[in-house]
Amino acid sequence: MSSLDPVLLSRILTGLTLFVHIIFASLGVGIPVMIALAEWRGIRTNDPHYTLLARRWARGFVITVAVGVVTGTSIGLQLSLLWPTFIRVAGQAIALPLFMETFAFFVEAIFLGIYLYTWDRFKNKGTHLLLLIPVALGSSASAMFITMVNSFMNAPQGFTLANGVLTDINPIAAMLNTAAPTKVAHVLVSSYTLCAGVLGGIAAFSILRGQKHVYFKKALKLTVVSTFVFAVATAIIGDFSGKYLAKYQPEKLAAGEWHFETRPYATLVYGGVLDDNNEVRYGLRIPYALSILAGNAPNTEVIGLNEFPEDERPPLSIHYYFDTMVTLGGLLVVIPLLYMLRKWLPGRKGYPKWLLIGIMALGPLSFAAIEVGWMYAEVGRQPWIMRGYMKVTEAATTADYVGWMLVLFILLYLVLCFSCVKVLSKLFRNKDAVEEMRALGMEGAEP
Amino acid sequence: MSYEIVGITVLWVFLFGYMIVASIDFGAGFFSFYSVVLGHENKVHNIIQRYLSPVWEVTNVFLVFFYIGLIGFFPDAAYYYGTALLVPGSLVIVLLALRGVYYAFNTYGSSKENNKIYMALYGATGILIPAALSTILAISEGGIITVREGKVVIGWVDFFTNPYTWSVILLALVSVLYISAMFLSFYANKSRDEGAFEILRRYALVWSGPTIAASLLAFFEINRQNPEHFQRMLDHAWMFVISFLCFLIAVYLVWRKKHLGWSFIMVMLQFAFAWFGYGRSHLPYVLYKQISIYENFTNDTMAIALITAFVLGLIVLVPSLVLIMRLFLFDAKYIRGSSAKKG
Repeated sequence: MSSLDPVLLSRILTGLTLFVHIIFASLGVGIPVMIALAEWRGIRTNDPHYTLLARRWARGFVITVAVGVVTGTSIGLQLSLLWPTFIRVAGQAIALPLFMETFAFFVEAIFLGIYLYTWDRFKNKGTHLLLLIPVALGSSASAMFITMVNSFMNAPQGFTLANGVLTDINPIAAMLNTAAPTKVAHVLVSSYTLCAGVLGGIAAFSILRGQKHVYFKKALKLTVVSTFVFAVATAIIGDFSGKYLAKYQPEKLAAGEWHFETRPYATLVYGGVLDDNNEVRYGLRIPYALSILAGNAPNTEVIGLNEFPEDERPPLSIHYYFDTMVTLGGLLVVIPLLYMLRKWLPGRKGYPKWLLIGIMALGPLSFAAIEVGWMYAEVGRQPWIMRGYMKVTEAATTADYVGWMLVLFILLYLVLCFSCVKVLSKLFRNKDAVEEMRALGMEGAEP
Repeated sequence: MSYEIVGITVLWVFLFGYMIVASIDFGAGFFSFYSVVLGHENKVHNIIQRYLSPVWEVTNVFLVFFYIGLIGFFPDAAYYYGTALLVPGSLVIVLLALRGVYYAFNTYGSSKENNKIYMALYGATGILIPAALSTILAISEGGIITVREGKVVIGWVDFFTNPYTWSVILLALVSVLYISAMFLSFYANKSRDEGAFEILRRYALVWSGPTIAASLLAFFEINRQNPEHFQRMLDHAWMFVISFLCFLIAVYLVWRKKHLGWSFIMVMLQFAFAWFGYGRSHLPYVLYKQISIYENFTNDTMAIALITAFVLGLIVLVPSLVLIMRLFLFDAKYIRGSSAKKG
């Protein structure tokens, strides 16, 4: 074990923790918004189906929050355990957003506890809905602050570095770095997309299994239309992110696009492989598209990878992450669009099977999109941990046994994910929505 | 007051908050499991469950807060402890993770209540986590973390053969059970659950003696371990005397079954005086002779920003905490179990 490089092992372990955490963190950010949307509709239209929907989502949500909390604690502590040198330096500049993230999370935790236990406690239904506002704000705010920390690593600013010591620190400037706006917006909206998609998939699954109740159709409509709106917004913000990269972090864009020579009228490559001379084979080439992506005009000059010394270039494999992310993002727009246009589709069956299967796939597709998106963003800033200031190799721990810790955490995450899936599926199998409506004596319980 | 003192005080307050809420939680897990094993599960378990369910998530945040604050105010301390504590830190993360998720799985996800495996896990981690966390206090006395050839290393053999380490672990264990039993007696009494109250009151009284004995042992061992620190503790001896008086009042009130709310406030004061007395005499070092709050403090701008954020945060946090306590701790209807259960 110890023969392996602790830097590499630290990278793998951090990557693994984040890989797991991102799933649950994204659910944590988006689901409160969806619950609020459903409960709000329930109150406005006086339709108990939406209220039940909110209630059932909330029940499953607690389970995912639990995993989100513990994996979040994990990554938080691992920052110091695996990257002590980074924390020693960056702690001087970015402790503020970290600190505020914890505050936001604190508020979320308090109000989520209250929300879950007060469904029938207030006379005015609106009071209960109000409790969800701090939950949703708290989760989105903590995502915002922690993304600011990450964007600082991509675009460090708000300090001067002299002889390895940070001076003239401006914590606000470090927080509001140039990468922050696009990153925060992209993270938030893609999390909303993910959650709407996952919940839509659950509704589609119930209908596929033969549920005919109008409750499921309402759930499907609310979630799939939301997915469409959020996915379109994600794509638009994604485009801004591309422009940001072209201007401020050109080596990431260039490596992602296999763009070596600096030039205007740059071609975008989709797919393909690189040969030994860095020539693209089999790829789909779209003329001018890269220049348009970088600056909205075909004559925009796009900086190529050759401008950067070889030891400061990100790995070229990130091309595939980028392509996958964009492809999946496209599907997340197209599938909901087909659902919305279903009445004009040939066949004109209300809910064709292939469409329901497509909607069921929205969840897994957006999970995959978020994972590869993060991999593109993170691997794309290699070899830096703080771009331009500190390399990853200088930041990792010098302690032994990182390998054993990696084994330990692999086991932990396997157990967590496995039991989470098991508990969630049992939760919803034990209490069918239609049975629950009957038990509650809800009007329209029979289809 | 200087920024350094404000900074360390903020951190110490959060650690104190964590110590109280986590002790209740850790001890409750243990008692819960223990009572299920003994067979009178419903008497104690329900009370514990009713208190813990809405607050389990909040407990963790105190710890994370302390840790993030440490990074912010004393980045060097995070560097030393972070490098040295890779293995024990990871183990604590794993224990906290298992404890957190299985609590949620059992409470919200499991169809049959009181899954024995979950409860055993919950009870066992409730004992292991405080033991593991308390060892950091022992490390902070110095001599365990050393720097060799520019590398931070930790001397595990010295650490485990040191009686001071074991006295701190012992103190942590018995305090957890004592604090928890004292709180739960108060809570059971408030919910007028006679059966649970009698059992919990017995636990509280049983664990009060060992708590004081373990405290004395830890005192004695600090003197051997770090005489300089001990000397400074004697300089603030009044704090420890008040702590002891609070202890006497708390136990007396539980013994006489009177004013249990005050009794728990006395428990908190008992630990507050001891905790802040210990912390105050530990200064200026965060890690003895290596990390001092003056030499390893963050830059001034960040300190001001953090303190400002902290004050603004409190404005949101304190009313929220009051709200959750009013709804679940001091709401007569809820704690008697007559209002609705989870959604």
